Amino acid sequence: MLSIPCPWCGPRDETEFSYGGQAHVAYPGEPSTVDDSGWAAYLFFRENPRGWFAERWMHRAGCQRWCNVVRHTVTYEIAASYQPGAPRPDVA
Amino acid sequence: MSPDRVSDWQVTKRLPEQPDFLWAEAEPKPSYDVIVVGAGGHGLATAYYLAKNHGITDVAVVERGWLGGGNMARNTTIIRSNYLWDESAGIYEHALKLWEGLEADLDCEVAFSQRGVLNLAHSLGDVREGRRRVNANQLNGIDAQWLTPDEVQKIAPILNISADVRYPVLGATFQSRAGIAKHDWVAWGYARAAHAMGVDLIQGCEVTGVLREADRVVGVDTLRGPIRAGRVALAAAGHSSVVTASLGLRLPLQSYPLQALVSELLEQVLDTVVMSNAVHVYVSQAHKGELVMGAGIDSFVGYGQRGSFPVIEHQMAAAIELFPIFARAHVLRTWGGIVDVTPDASPIIGLTPYAGLYVNCGWGTGGFKATPGIGSVFADTIAHDRPHPLAEPFSLSRFESGALIDEHGAAAVAH
Repeated sequence: MLSIPCPWCGPRDETEFSYGGQAHVAYPGEPSTVDDSGWAAYLFFRENPRGWFAERWMHRAGCQRWCNVVRHTVTYEIAASYQPGAPRPDVA
Repeated sequence: MSPDRVSDWQVTKRLPEQPDFLWAEAEPKPSYDVIVVGAGGHGLATAYYLAKNHGITDVAVVERGWLGGGNMARNTTIIRSNYLWDESAGIYEHALKLWEGLEADLDCEVAFSQRGVLNLAHSLGDVREGRRRVNANQLNGIDAQWLTPDEVQKIAPILNISADVRYPVLGATFQSRAGIAKHDWVAWGYARAAHAMGVDLIQGCEVTGVLREADRVVGVDTLRGPIRAGRVALAAAGHSSVVTASLGLRLPLQSYPLQALVSELLEQVLDTVVMSNAVHVYVSQAHKGELVMGAGIDSFVGYGQRGSFPVIEHQMAAAIELFPIFARAHVLRTWGGIVDVTPDASPIIGLTPYAGLYVNCGWGTGGFKATPGIGSVFADTIAHDRPHPLAEPFSLSRFESGALIDEHGAAAVAH
């Protein structure tokens, strides 16, 4: 089981969290100018790296706030957790 | 329902002796007509049908680990074709028909046992979904029945159908032609037959990148050096994104660990396959007697071939409630495989923006059942450089056109 450091509550069990997938996926700035491939990229295409990955978790059974976590997808080591809106830390 | 066939199998057959070597290890040649990336069931079947149906034998199957050692060795071997949409019915039923003739085709036993599969309904929503799927299957010529709880228990007497449980059984769909097979034998059968027709099987040869000249793919880079090819076909399952990353080709995949486990050997107590979509239990009893159970996927993207404990714990709790006698069984081992999940729980098959590069991925939690079907369809797609009619709806471009094939209901493991 992962121990996920909530930026507000500290380290908690994975089972207290809901997963939100890749972090830093911005809604298109000017939706009316986005074509089909742009919408496909926004809706369906995500990074899927074997390595470091910035992802969103929601502390559902705790403070119920979202946070971003940088985690390694092979070792599952967590290098950073930070509040939404903050830039992704340079961990690797 | 075919319990007789199951017991027949036990009476008349025995597990064969450990086989001699079935194929010879090959050294990579400088170039091939076709390179298939991944020596799992899909890759081996693709190579087999390239040779058998299309006369293309200058083929290498390159594998980073060992043959049939990825998801082909880790799945729960369930074979069925009771998906909802016409597009899925096309390819999964094509596969099931090939399974029905596979032992004769490969001249090799694969222990395909058509013992039927129950998909349990635990809520009114499940019941409606299940009945709709039965109707859809029947319209597509696929055998399917809706069963009441009493009828379900006749097929699986050890199933607890009482009303006062957390997940009551309100009915089930039943496909009698569904079943299980021995996954290793399937991989070895295809490997042996492909090798006999001249296909090179190259293990321990990790692909690290795809070679291209302008918009044409011309080979692969491997840890054992570059290998040129006229065509490159990906069958790398959960690691597909890793292989295409060097091209800058993005696939709408997320890779997750999916877990399964087996019990110790037990006397025959269950002679069909039981799946429960809502509680993520799917169980059958293998020919030797161990209970084979699959769990759900982990909640997070991961390439560690192991799974989270809470997922197993949840699955066991549900399994014991549905099958109270399982409480006395011991878990022998658990393991995880990496499954590549698409947004609509349907695979991606076909051409790519690069000439000479073909992709087969996104089977998520359910690729094993498709092995013969996708092998033949993918080989045909590669041989003719156009999507096979059964593959056409599963193109990469559907994520732009919006023509998704939503099989979350029938995929049975929530994505």
